[in-house]
Amino acid sequence: MSEAIETPSATWEYAPAPESTDIVRLDDRYGLFIGGEFVEPISGRWFETIDPATEEPLAEVAEAGAEDVALAVEAAREASAPWQALPGSERAKYVYRIARQLQERAREFAVLESMNGGKPIRESRDVDLPLAAAHFFYYAGWADKLEYAFPARSPRPIGVAGQIIPWNFPMLMAAWKLAPALATGNTVVLKPAETTPLTALLLAHVIREAELPPGVVNIVTGAGATGAALVGADVDKIAFTGSTEVGKAIRRATAGSGKRLTLELGGKAANIVFEDAPLDQAVEGVVNGIFFNQGHVCCAGSRLLVQEPVFDVLLAKLKDRLQTLRVGDPLDKNTDIGAINSRAQLEKISELVDSGVAEGAEIYQPKCALPERGFWFRPTLFTGVSQSHRVAREEIFGPVLSILTFRTPEEAVEKANNTPYGLSAGIWSEKGSRILWMADRLRAGVVWANTFNRFDPTSPFGGYKESGFGREGGLHGLEPYLELDGGTR
Amino acid sequence: MSDARLPVKRTAKLFIGGVFPRSESGLTYEVVAHDGRPLAHAAQASRKDLREAVVAARGAQPKWASMTAYNRGQILYRVAELMEGRRAQFEAELSDAGASDPARGVNAAIDRWVWYAGWADKIAQVSGATNPVADPYFNFTLPEPTGVVGIVAPGEQPLLGLVSRVAPAIVSGNTAVVVASERSPLPAVSLAEVMATSDVPGGVVNILTGVTAELVPWLAGHMDVNAIDVTGVPADLLTEAEELAAENVKRVHRGPDVDPFSDAAQSPYEITALTEFKTVWHPIGA
Repeated sequence: MSEAIETPSATWEYAPAPESTDIVRLDDRYGLFIGGEFVEPISGRWFETIDPATEEPLAEVAEAGAEDVALAVEAAREASAPWQALPGSERAKYVYRIARQLQERAREFAVLESMNGGKPIRESRDVDLPLAAAHFFYYAGWADKLEYAFPARSPRPIGVAGQIIPWNFPMLMAAWKLAPALATGNTVVLKPAETTPLTALLLAHVIREAELPPGVVNIVTGAGATGAALVGADVDKIAFTGSTEVGKAIRRATAGSGKRLTLELGGKAANIVFEDAPLDQAVEGVVNGIFFNQGHVCCAGSRLLVQEPVFDVLLAKLKDRLQTLRVGDPLDKNTDIGAINSRAQLEKISELVDSGVAEGAEIYQPKCALPERGFWFRPTLFTGVSQSHRVAREEIFGPVLSILTFRTPEEAVEKANNTPYGLSAGIWSEKGSRILWMADRLRAGVVWANTFNRFDPTSPFGGYKESGFGREGGLHGLEPYLELDGGTR
Repeated sequence: MSDARLPVKRTAKLFIGGVFPRSESGLTYEVVAHDGRPLAHAAQASRKDLREAVVAARGAQPKWASMTAYNRGQILYRVAELMEGRRAQFEAELSDAGASDPARGVNAAIDRWVWYAGWADKIAQVSGATNPVADPYFNFTLPEPTGVVGIVAPGEQPLLGLVSRVAPAIVSGNTAVVVASERSPLPAVSLAEVMATSDVPGGVVNILTGVTAELVPWLAGHMDVNAIDVTGVPADLLTEAEELAAENVKRVHRGPDVDPFSDAAQSPYEITALTEFKTVWHPIGA
C-alpha cells in the first residue's frame, strides 16, 4: 500500500473518552440457544470470538454442526403450531416486550456490540440499538393487523424460517430478521455471523426473559458450514443477508426445494453530488455514506459521482474532513472509524486497495496513527478512477471511496446504473424536481436525497438486480414471511 | 367451382422486436391437432433467436416503462379490442388444440386483458406506500418494473394461460420474452399478430415457439433477463432453471396453481411479483 499523503491541517488533541465495559458481563462460553435453553453442541466443537480492536478473546462459542441445526429446526417446528394459534394481539405483546427490554438494556448491548464487532460506540449507541428496538416495536404492532396489509388476501405464516445474518450490524440485522418473522407468526432458527455472535446470544437472554415460548426463537452459532446446514435443513423459508457470492450459492442450494427465499446482498452505491448541492452538507453525507461503520455497509456510498464544476472544491473539502476523522478505539466516544471487523476482511480491503493503486488510480489517505494491535484501515479516497477499475466495480466493504465525475444528469444516471448491483443510491441537490427525476431513473431499491445511510423501521429496504430480492422494513417487509391465499409467491 | 379455391396458409413465425423472422436455425417442428391432424410447421427457436429476443426486449423496456400508466392501460385494452375482432381465428385454434369450449377460452383471455389493463394506473396506489419515518424526510415506496421478464407459458390453455402470464408482466412496464406452449403454439403466433397490429411497441412482447426443454435453460441462464416466470416450466426442469437463475440473481415467480378461468387466476399480486419496490427519501425543509 502506498504511503499516506501529508496535507497540512490543524491537529486537535482529544482526551480519551472511553465507554466503560463494566456493564457487560460475559460468560466464559456460550452454548446454542435451542428450545429456550442454552445447550452444549452435539458437534463438541467450540470457537473463540475476539475483540477486533485488541485481538483479545472475549468468550468461547459453540459451533453448531448439522445435527445441532436439525435439533434447532425441530424445536422451531414443534413450537410452530401453538405460536401460530396465538391471537395476533398476544404475539404482538411478546414482540413489544423484546422492544422494551432492548430499550432498557440498550447501553449494555451497545458496548458489547462495539467490543465484539469493532464499530464505534457512538454508532452502536446512537444508531444500531435504537433502530433495533424500534424495529421490534414497529413490527409488534403489525401482528394483529396483517389482514389490513394485503387487500383481498388472508395472510398466513409460512412456518419455520432459517435466518442468516452478517457481521456488520449484528443486532440490527437480528432485529430486521426476527421482528417481522415473529409478528407474522413464524418460528425461527437464527444464525449470527461467525465473528459477531455475542449480542445475538445476549438477545437470547432477553427472549427468555420476555417469556417467549421455548423454540419460537432458536439461535445457532457457527461459520459457513453451519449456515449451509441451515439452508439444507427442513425449513420453509431462508432469509439471508450477506455477500452476493453466498447469496447465489444459497439460491442454487434451494433450487427446486420450494423453500421461500429472500436475499439482501452486496452493493456498489453511487452517491451523486450535483453542482447545486449544499456542499458542506454533502461532504458530511459523503463521509457518512462511506465511512459509517468502517464502510462495512452493503448500501455504502462507495462510488462518489461529482459534477465537474464542483469537483475541485468538493475534493478539497473532503480531504480536509478526512484529516479530522478519528480512527481508533471503538469504545472511545470520540471515535469516528473503529476497527475492521476481522483479519480476513482487512486483507480483502488491502488487496482491493492495492489493485486500485496498481491500476493507476490516485490514492489519498490522511495521516493518522493506528493502534498497534487489532485490525485497522485508514479512510481512503481514490481519484482518477475509471469505471473499469476494480475499486469502481467490486464491493470493498471497507472505508474506501472511489471518486468519478460527470457532466450531465443523464451521464450520472448511466454511470450510477453501470453495475450489477442495485441496492442504494444518493442524490445531492437543492432542486426538488431534479431529485425526483434522478430517483425515478436510478436502478436501486433505496434512494437517499440530501442524506445517506438513513434507516427507519417503516421504510422498506432491499435491492434491485444482484443486490438481492425481497424487502425488509415497512409494510413491504411483511410479505416475505407470509403465504397469501390465492397461491401467489 | 368456387370450392376449388386453394386457401392460403400462414407461415408460423417467431415474433421478435415487432417483426416476424423465421428461426435463424432454419428449423421448424410439426404442430398437430389434438386428433393428430397436421396443422402447421412452427419455427423452432434457437439460442441465438432467444438472445435476439432479449436484446429486443431490453431495447424496448425503458421507453415502455416511461410511458404514462394511462397510456399503457389503453394499449393493453386495445389488445383486447383486436382479439375480439379475431375471435373466430382464436376459437378455431383452441378447437384444434382440443378445447372443449373454445369460445369460453377466448372470452376469458380477452377479459383478462381488460382486467389487467385497468391495473396500469392503480397498481402503484394499491401496492405503494408513504412511510412515516422518524426524520424530516418524505419517504415513499413505489413499484417499478423489474426489467426484462422471461415467461414460460403453460403447456395447457395455450391462449388463456399465455395471456394470464403476459398481461400482468407487461402492465407495470416490463418487457417480455415468452416461450409459447410447445404442443399448441398457434394461438401464441396469432397473439403475436394481434400485438403487431395493436399499439404495443415492438420488442415489448417477444414470442418464441420451439422446444420448451431447450429454451428454458437458455432463458433461465441469460444474464440480461431480470426475472423468470416459471409457470410453464415442467417439473423436471424446474430445479435446473432455478439453479441457472442464481447466476444474476433472477427473480423466480410461479403463477397460482388454480383453475385459469377462476377469479383467483388474476390478481394484482401477479403484477407485483414482477416489480421492484423503490423507496425514496426526499428532504423536507423550509
